Amino acid sequence: MIVFNQVQKSYQVDGRAIPALHPTDMTIENGEVFGIVGHSGAGKSTLVRLINLLEPPTGGDILIDEENITHYSAAELRAFRRKVGMIFQHFNLLSSKTVSDNIAFPMKLAGIYSKAEIRDRVQELLDRVGLTDHATKYPSQLSGGQKQRVGIARALACRPTILLCDEATSALDPQTTQSVLRLLSEINKELGLTIVLITHEMDVVRRVCDRVAVMDAGRVVEMGPVSEVFLHPKHPTTRDFVFESESIDSQERQEDLQKASGRILRLTFKGESTYQPLLGSVARASGVDFSILSGRIDHIKDTPYGQLTLSLVGGDLEVAMTALKAADVHVEVLR
Amino acid sequence: MEALLSNVDWPEIGIASWDTLVMVGMSLLFSVLAGLPIGVLLFLTGKRQLLEQPLAYGVLSFVVNVLRSVPFIILLIVMIPFTVMLIGTSLGVAGAIPPLVAGGAPFFARLVETSLREVDRGIIEATQAMGANVRQIIFGALLPEALPGIIAGITVTAITLVSYAAMSGVIGGGGLGDLAIRFGYQRFQTDVMVITVALLVIFVQVLQMAGDRLVLYFSRK
Repeated sequence: MIVFNQVQKSYQVDGRAIPALHPTDMTIENGEVFGIVGHSGAGKSTLVRLINLLEPPTGGDILIDEENITHYSAAELRAFRRKVGMIFQHFNLLSSKTVSDNIAFPMKLAGIYSKAEIRDRVQELLDRVGLTDHATKYPSQLSGGQKQRVGIARALACRPTILLCDEATSALDPQTTQSVLRLLSEINKELGLTIVLITHEMDVVRRVCDRVAVMDAGRVVEMGPVSEVFLHPKHPTTRDFVFESESIDSQERQEDLQKASGRILRLTFKGESTYQPLLGSVARASGVDFSILSGRIDHIKDTPYGQLTLSLVGGDLEVAMTALKAADVHVEVLR
Repeated sequence: MEALLSNVDWPEIGIASWDTLVMVGMSLLFSVLAGLPIGVLLFLTGKRQLLEQPLAYGVLSFVVNVLRSVPFIILLIVMIPFTVMLIGTSLGVAGAIPPLVAGGAPFFARLVETSLREVDRGIIEATQAMGANVRQIIFGALLPEALPGIIAGITVTAITLVSYAAMSGVIGGGGLGDLAIRFGYQRFQTDVMVITVALLVIFVQVLQMAGDRLVLYFSRK
């Protein structure tokens, strides 16, 4: 468990303290995939680097599995960092080492593994990330997705309990992003690893994260389960992110709503209710006519969801709303 | 042909070539041995680096700059008392080596500093995140990543030392430069001058080619 207790960070610039992270409380459970989303400069890079103390905090305490790491000595800190893997946007592989040697590097640095152990572990990891045929290549001979796979294998080498991902898919094309995210999900499930992932793409959060924190100007402005934050965003920054990922222009949205007649409702289906033929039966039962103004149907991690904005005309609105609520649909009245 | 090169004493040229080779070789060796750690220290103590240490960097940088700003011909003369103290003479091949190192080492140190700065900061960060200490970061990541740049630096330093070594002829340093000055210049023996210059050109070409080959061999980018 990663616990932030009033953790803050500021940088000294020309004698003045510029805050990068305002005092923050946060808890990340063991085994979950925790997303941190924010625009560049929002402080998410700082936040993730506080977890392995690449950036020491200027205040507050960070507890990992109930141990306060903020007071670690240099040697304790180095031992601790071996238990925290990290992958990067630009991979940060050593160009002078082969794929195998890159993966073996953290084990060699640790100095507690035998040659045979290292060789076996490297082989196992190469298989794990699907790069067995590329063992003797140099990073420059690999594609972006392959490089990130090497990065992941390297981060896993010393069997960490936490994996930090710093914009790990931001330099990759959509297809490669998907395969890297799938790999991260697998690792999370199979190894029970805690993953902390920072990104500026809500889509990445939607695909792999269990919970998410939204950051803006050095503060966590919204935090909660992905389905909650994603389907019912409260803070303006969060809304921007959600709409951005759905390519919805909020201006356009407003105009669409103004043109529609009758009441406007937003229905959110989650899980099983997504598959129910609900709208038709509700419309028949209540005599309400509906037209769909906008909608999205997709998955949040493994859960299917649908969100529809409808305008309703005629019939008995009360009956319709009761029937929808009874079927476990979240109903918001927009107008 | 005989008449054209009448002044050229081939055995003398052979000895002078060998002397130049020894001067450059030995001074390059010591320049690298001294310059590499100085360059690494310059890098590490520099601004926003691992062991940021403004005072240490300032002092080190100042000394390097002083040695680099003194024209080599002056450095040769200024160093004479120190050279005599160090190895008993300021003449011949041995006497030329201390001033050559004094000129070559700070030059090489700066080249090392520059090539270390070109290593992606992300690689240092990644290595730190793996729990490496400063020594492991230097030897495990920084130096291997900067190796092609450092080899290119050694090549440039070697070539600079060839020209410095030729200059040392002025204070009795021996080698091809000495030959060119005493025979080619002072006795107006143009043929000797041409031969020595030609040999120096060939020497520099060979060094550059060998250096380029090595850089290419170690480059994985």
